[in-house]
Amino acid sequence: MPMTMTQKILAAHAGRESVTPGDLIQAACDLVLGNDITAPPAVAVFRQIGTARVFDRTKIALVMDHFTPNKDIKSAEQCKTVRDFAREQQIVHFYEGGGAGVEHVILPEKGLVGAGDLVIGADSHTCTYGALGAFSTGVGSTDMAAGMASGRCWFKVPEALRFELEGKLPPDVGGKDVILSIIGRIGVEGASYKSMEFGGPGLASLTMDDRLTMANMAIEAGAKNGIFEVDDITREYLRSTGAKSRLEFRPDKDAVYAETFRIDLSAMKSVVALPSSPANVHPAEAVGQIPVDQVVIGSCTNGRINDFRIAARILKGRKAAPGLRLIILPGSQLVYAQALEEGLLAIFLEAGAVIGPPTCGPCLGGHMGVLAKGESAVATTNRNFVGRMGHPESFVYLAGPAVAAATAVLGRIAGPSALPGR
Amino acid sequence: MKLQGSVHKYGDNVDTDVIIPARYLNTFDAAELARHCLEDLDPSFAGNVKPGDVILAGKNFGCGSSREHAPLAIKASGVCCVVAQSFARIFFRNALNIGLPVLECPGAVSLAESGDRLEIDIEAGTIVNPATGASVQAAPYTGFILELIQAGGLVARLRRNAEQRRK
Repeated sequence: MPMTMTQKILAAHAGRESVTPGDLIQAACDLVLGNDITAPPAVAVFRQIGTARVFDRTKIALVMDHFTPNKDIKSAEQCKTVRDFAREQQIVHFYEGGGAGVEHVILPEKGLVGAGDLVIGADSHTCTYGALGAFSTGVGSTDMAAGMASGRCWFKVPEALRFELEGKLPPDVGGKDVILSIIGRIGVEGASYKSMEFGGPGLASLTMDDRLTMANMAIEAGAKNGIFEVDDITREYLRSTGAKSRLEFRPDKDAVYAETFRIDLSAMKSVVALPSSPANVHPAEAVGQIPVDQVVIGSCTNGRINDFRIAARILKGRKAAPGLRLIILPGSQLVYAQALEEGLLAIFLEAGAVIGPPTCGPCLGGHMGVLAKGESAVATTNRNFVGRMGHPESFVYLAGPAVAAATAVLGRIAGPSALPGR
Repeated sequence: MKLQGSVHKYGDNVDTDVIIPARYLNTFDAAELARHCLEDLDPSFAGNVKPGDVILAGKNFGCGSSREHAPLAIKASGVCCVVAQSFARIFFRNALNIGLPVLECPGAVSLAESGDRLEIDIEAGTIVNPATGASVQAAPYTGFILELIQAGGLVARLRRNAEQRRK
């Protein structure tokens, strides 16, 4: 029977010839992920399960990235819990301090995820790795604990939405604009319980960083996973990271989709999601005069080298508007080093930015850029819910790095075309 | 499993950031989380909620983050069941995994207002407002999901299965 990409990966990991949407399956995990917020409860649940050892100490990744560098005593203790567990279980992929970075930036970088893999992570943005042709999905701490103990997880096989990409993106428009536009169109539960499968001729014009951004936000449409067809760009990326898995699963030509959407990339514009929903999407040029107190460029959504190249191209020779706080957070040490080498950090410093360590901090109102009552921020992050970045009466506007950089210069929300000289 | 309690009613897209804001995620102590449950949506909830109460909500309840702290906070606040028009998938599985009964029922929202009582039969999927006599039917759980609910969560189920294997 014909299957989508997600069905094929799930069937392969459940040891079955085929699976049908709605089937409840137990599948083997190639990687189980947790962070400093979700792993501590998972460690406690792991103890309750009573298994002495993890199923495979090479297939668990523990990344200390949310409240790190530790913002307070309790956060430090949470990291210590995970560190002690990692030592006890001799977990190979435990990352903190200078070895860490934002989980969904570093796992692909380190080649820990490859095409055809099945990954669960106690973090909703685990869906990021779909960009590599993997099935990956967010779960909670209990599933993570059961995954660490058994190497398996239960899934309901999802239906799929097919996104057939055509054309080529205009200049200054990126993956963030595409995925926000799609969420704006289908809504925050437009893909509920479903897989979002991306393919088509337009794929060739999307960089791996664009794809990681898009897969990352599949959860914002309620999806179980986002997944991209594997092409030469994927193969080259996986070769460069030394990823072990390179199993390519292609959707069958006659695979059945709940719905198919044709997305013309050439018609995409710079967009912004206004508070307090990622589906409240409007063209950046059409939002009127919205003053902004802070701009954050970074996160698991847009903390990769291309994101900073785009921001630097716009910020070069320009300054952040007076009174606006510009915060730059490279997503990993590798991205940090690359940005340094390419002179991007000098451009940001010159523009008046604060450059921080790789951390999820401000995205979830943790630290390193929390908002006061009444303040507004443009962030290249993924959620603009009430209170997401701080006070419940603060406001988050989501955008890609080009809009964020232009906004930083002008002090109000704008696309790059609003800048003089562009 | 038959439950009944007083309703706290909310709208669509109640996200996990308002259920338990990230500023409280430096702990997973359930009682501490319960003190801040729904703080950014309804600051009076934590003070008003009584053991056995029911949350009744609209579409996409629990959207956003995978933090299991969200269903934990709700469970520790004493809520016996969340009934919603629809659930975001990670919240749904987290709730079942930790033994917080949830029921998805498109028609339930019009059944009651805050303060009304609801009677819920989880296995049968029936939800009744005894004051008005009105009732709605959710699709009942079957198979693995039903086992999960009856066991009281994934860990309890794993342990029960392990015990049965030993016998």
